[in-house]
Amino acid sequence: MRTEIGGQTPDRPPRRLSREIRFSFSSTPEAVRRALATVMDGLDTLGLDELEAGAVELVLAEVLNNVVEHAYGSGAVGWIQVTCGHDPSGLRMTIRDRGAPMPDGQLPLQRLAEPRSVASDIPEGGFGWFIIRDLARDIEYRREDGVNILGFRMAVGLPMLRN
Amino acid sequence: MNLTTQHEGSTLVVSVDEPRIDAAVAIRFKDRFREVTTGWRGRILLDLGRVAFIDSSGLGAIVAVLKQLEEGQTMELASLQPNVDRVFRLTRMDTVFAIHDTIPDAVRDHAD
Repeated sequence: MRTEIGGQTPDRPPRRLSREIRFSFSSTPEAVRRALATVMDGLDTLGLDELEAGAVELVLAEVLNNVVEHAYGSGAVGWIQVTCGHDPSGLRMTIRDRGAPMPDGQLPLQRLAEPRSVASDIPEGGFGWFIIRDLARDIEYRREDGVNILGFRMAVGLPMLRN
Repeated sequence: MNLTTQHEGSTLVVSVDEPRIDAAVAIRFKDRFREVTTGWRGRILLDLGRVAFIDSSGLGAIVAVLKQLEEGQTMELASLQPNVDRVFRLTRMDTVFAIHDTIPDAVRDHAD
């Protein structure tokens, strides 16, 4: 089952990004924090509600954490670029890095482990790709000239439907 | 990572005085939680009322402290903001933790 992202906002006027967001930074957890704040500031003009904005920040955080922890891995620091545009279908985000490719060149298919009643069996990790796949749409991955390119859409900031 | 503690009856309330539990602070959260709860016997209520954002690393850290509770300790959660609540529901961790709307609710439930 997929999660609906935000509440209904039928009287929202059409809003746009003043311009495409594009910037790069290094693959550290602190830089990821600042990058998330930069993107969320940049999306301010869209007037997203709390749950919409939270979904965007969460998916982007999971994607960027994966780059930091897996594409580059501990000890290595590398380049990450975030691009974000807005169209009538929502936000289009693209993340590029020069770290290791995805295993088998494919997006991880992550399923959620069943919650356990015995505390020691509860998983502590493995939630990241599950969250991404639940909240993001049109997820695509390719590798070009040593660069990982991950694109996805967030169905937020949609225009009002008219009858 | 600022955690403050307060006693409410037989419950130790541990409040996270930070807007985020994310990959940048997950380890510090675990360490600090252990510091403030070590030696306590009984119920611990983790107050997330000031936390607006949590990612899967932060969720993993909360699960980790649950798994590392000392003998005689139990842990429950209270005051989840909407985006934090969604992460728990999405990952079904809402079925692992007892979650209370507010601290007074949680304290009163325990007294009954």
